[in-house]
Amino acid sequence: MAQPAQSAKKRKIKGDGVWGYAFIAVALIVYAMFTAYPVLSAFIISFQEYKPLGSTYIGFDNYTATLKDDLFWKSIKNTLVYTVLTVPVALLLSFLVAIMILPLRKKLQAVFKAVYYLPVVASGVALSLVWLWIFDPMPGGIFNQFIGWFGAHNQNWLGASATAMFSLVIMAWLSSHGASIIIYLAALLGIDDSYYEAADLDGASFLQKLWHIVIPSLKPTTLFLLVTAVIGSFQVFQNAYLMTGGGPDHATTMVGLLIFDNAFKYFEFGKAAAQSLILALIIALVSLFQFKFLGKDVDY
Amino acid sequence: MSLYNNHTGSRAGKTARNAVIVVLLLLFALATLFPIYFMVMSSFGDPVEAGAVSYSLWPSSFTLDSYKFFFDYSEYSYRWILNSTIVAGAVTITNVFFATMAGYAFSKLRFKGRGLLFSILLAAMMIPYQVTQVPLYILIVNTFQIENSYSALILPGLVTVYNIFLAKQFMSSIPTEIMESAKVEGCSQLQIFFRIIMPLSKTVMAVIAILTFMDSWNTFFWPFLVTNTMDMQTIQVGLKNFRFANTTYFSPMMAGATISAVPMFILFFSLQRYFLEGVTVGAVKG
Repeated sequence: MAQPAQSAKKRKIKGDGVWGYAFIAVALIVYAMFTAYPVLSAFIISFQEYKPLGSTYIGFDNYTATLKDDLFWKSIKNTLVYTVLTVPVALLLSFLVAIMILPLRKKLQAVFKAVYYLPVVASGVALSLVWLWIFDPMPGGIFNQFIGWFGAHNQNWLGASATAMFSLVIMAWLSSHGASIIIYLAALLGIDDSYYEAADLDGASFLQKLWHIVIPSLKPTTLFLLVTAVIGSFQVFQNAYLMTGGGPDHATTMVGLLIFDNAFKYFEFGKAAAQSLILALIIALVSLFQFKFLGKDVDY
Repeated sequence: MSLYNNHTGSRAGKTARNAVIVVLLLLFALATLFPIYFMVMSSFGDPVEAGAVSYSLWPSSFTLDSYKFFFDYSEYSYRWILNSTIVAGAVTITNVFFATMAGYAFSKLRFKGRGLLFSILLAAMMIPYQVTQVPLYILIVNTFQIENSYSALILPGLVTVYNIFLAKQFMSSIPTEIMESAKVEGCSQLQIFFRIIMPLSKTVMAVIAILTFMDSWNTFFWPFLVTNTMDMQTIQVGLKNFRFANTTYFSPMMAGATISAVPMFILFFSLQRYFLEGVTVGAVKG
């Protein structure tokens, strides 16, 4: 911020400091009580063996136990596989759809935006129930009928460890693009026409314009969507919890689900807290990595 | 002129291109909407066990018996909808009010530590909710002992950082001069906030209201954790219980899913503009 502007502002709204604190008071209290305190508390709990009547400190035991736990690493691997299979595909699909919506008339644009956004509005529990039946293992199951058209055989989609993860991935492909399509479209509409005009004068083709103008211009948007999608994907577990319970044979146990199970199925609060903090660290590192290596020439 | 070439004025070429695009978009839309179509369509089937059902893509019968079956499952099934409405309504009102206030303070008022406090708030958005989940549960259930109450469902969501962020983003575009002249006219800060800022911020308040209501209505895990009797559960938790108690009843399950989803569809179609605006407000230049 420029120095003169700052001091000018300071002079203008002098004496409002007290009001500033008054206006944020409720927000700060809620934040302190239900976010800041729980985060600090999570650190403390992670060094304890939690018991309702007086926990005992056990040092780093929860952390070392976690790092030695094969299931923890499997859950990390599952989460990575899920993220790598869903996030790039969802982003690519959103990008392509946004590009295709762009030349249409405003009315038609609005219709498609609404249609693609609709699954985002539906409750996750409702959608998971529907997909549970779509993946019905019987020959009459909708998805089995669908692949039957292509001559493929019945699969026990959610019930076999070979296909369970893939089933969750398919579900994500078809229900997680609503917001990113709208964000991409907004960014596309924000690209200055003069770039295209200059390119037209040089006789650039559609693909050349796409490659040299659109993709670089949308880089900040892509980075934003990528980072938020990866953060979200690392915490995903509702569908796994409701549809497979993490099975079969832990094939769909995401790290979020493992933490949930440890906390509320086995009531090992200490272990769950330690694992959640390791997850937070991993998310922070992955986000940092993306900004550093993908955000090099992005300016905000 | 734009990304797409104009086919040197050939209208037929442009029409053909758009037709191909619309067909492709429709195909993808079909895949996207199919689960929702399947859910609503199947909910009108007979409430019989799944062994006897063969799924079809077209309705073979039309009856509301499955809805009756769903509501008959628990004497509290109507209460679930009421609970969801109460919780979502309360959280929406507090979020609109307190997030707008905080957003105003963070964007327009100068006070010591403003930047630092806002960064601390924003940092929370990076923390996965798994971290706060266990301590929050202990706080509500063991410390406050308000398990299974509306307070337990509402308090942690009174005002979210994301909504404060939305409000701040929006209000930074309101010219500061307006407030200055109001001050010269002798308005107090409270008057400025209620008479000037709030009327000018209707859009962002609507966006916050809608997104908050939808999130709260659809949320599953927190109500699932802190409620333990059917009369305090929300529709999402009730739906999950219904599913585990009636694993083979296909149509009634779809009826329940439809009941939990349709209020949001209605809200979406009537207030679409604000939903879609909410998506971009938070994303563009964070």
